[in-house]
Amino acid sequence: MTTQSNLQGKTALVTGGSRGIGRATALALGQAGAQVIVHYGSAEKEAAAVVAEIRNAGGKAEKIAADLRTADGPHLLAERVRAIIGDRLDILVANAGISKAASIAETKVEDFDALFAVNVRAPYFLVQQLLPVMCKGSSVILLSSLAAHAAVGNLSAYSATKGAIDTLVKHFASALGERGIRVNAVAPGVVPTEMSIFTKTDAGRDYTLGMQALKRLAAPEEIAAAITFLASDQARWITGDTLRVDGGSKL
Amino acid sequence: MSNPVILITGALTGIGRATALGFAKIGARLVVSGRRPAEGKALEVELQRLGAEAVFVQADVRHDEEVRRLIDQTVARFGRLDAAVNVAGTEGQPGLIVNQTAESYAATFDTNVLGTLLSLKHELRVMTAQKSGSIINISSTYGHEGAAYASVYSASKHAVEGFTKSAALEAASSGVRVNAVAPGPTDTGMLDRFTGTPENKAALVSGVPLGRVGKPADIAQMIEFLASDAASFVTGQIVSVDGGKSAG
Repeated sequence: MTTQSNLQGKTALVTGGSRGIGRATALALGQAGAQVIVHYGSAEKEAAAVVAEIRNAGGKAEKIAADLRTADGPHLLAERVRAIIGDRLDILVANAGISKAASIAETKVEDFDALFAVNVRAPYFLVQQLLPVMCKGSSVILLSSLAAHAAVGNLSAYSATKGAIDTLVKHFASALGERGIRVNAVAPGVVPTEMSIFTKTDAGRDYTLGMQALKRLAAPEEIAAAITFLASDQARWITGDTLRVDGGSKL
Repeated sequence: MSNPVILITGALTGIGRATALGFAKIGARLVVSGRRPAEGKALEVELQRLGAEAVFVQADVRHDEEVRRLIDQTVARFGRLDAAVNVAGTEGQPGLIVNQTAESYAATFDTNVLGTLLSLKHELRVMTAQKSGSIINISSTYGHEGAAYASVYSASKHAVEGFTKSAALEAASSGVRVNAVAPGPTDTGMLDRFTGTPENKAALVSGVPLGRVGKPADIAQMIEFLASDAASFVTGQIVSVDGGKSAG
């Protein structure tokens, strides 16, 4: 059974859209009919491939580079997005993120700051800078993580950035509700992408399946399907929520 | 999967009815259940007019044998059960804890808690054997928050969330998913009875960031999502559909 979201005529930005969950999301939004802006940090070739795949299927897509590690990165990205889509952004998927495993003792200040810059500061100011072009019915989806809800791996600093996302979702949803803008998060579990390369090892796979109710690894497309649902008008009364798509991890 | 087989308890009014109408429009084969045969038959005809294969089966979720018969008739008719939506529920008798009785407790818990247990019991019996299926229970914002004057209802919905997570753990190895939707204030007969006056109902809206109460169809959309393959990695979750009410 499938439910088909219709995003015909809508504009969408997916940050970190060249790889992993972002790539699957850009493709899913494109397939549902949205015009997709694929943001990337450094993976230009991969971003171009995503754009080509959407266009080859008859959709509309563009790629934009921006360095979200820098303080003005979100502002520059927002400017470039507005130059392409004009005065209306329907869907913002703030997916770009970085991860670094380290014990508490090993965590360095510069790594801590970089994690918060990309995972928290960038989505915060991207939402701020794109607010003028969001309107009634616009949907913002931030990326949280299972790590925000349970201690998994050596990921305390990374996990704190995702906890911040869950907090922002509630505050953004409450503040933007009167404009009819919805804000939600999707919290994946461990998804076998480049960011979670350890799932390719036996130990990583066993660890992941050990905490999941469903005994198989997720596909990025399964996270993208939840994001696409939240982006659509089918989710028109859902805001302020973090939807966990983690195979029933740590229940 | 085309033409999935969907069972809905508490299908005659409110969220259950909207869910039945929504599934009918996407080609599902439906078993709709409730206690009142005249209304049930009318819904059956309405769903058939929409082009759906639909049948009403009378059942009271408080009775094990009736639920057993409901599930067995579903399988006898359609050969399988792809999704079950357990909507049957009651607001009970709202009021202060000091005024509650064993009877008022039982009136609420028998439908909301025992009814959910019996529904899960017989649905899982079929779904774990067929190695697939999706079950959606109905909780409430009050399923994870307290509610003055609605303590018994709130406690019963907390129990629904406990059943949902436990059932997800028991059923996962069979490929069966179990989730719950937690609606905020939704425009149904139950909300009218809960609030009593139009003024009370209007006052609720001030606590909802999106500035309106929900429509039953808003909730039905999330139920459709959770029933579908698009939610194939979602299990054991309590999903709020509340216009932002619980975000504050």
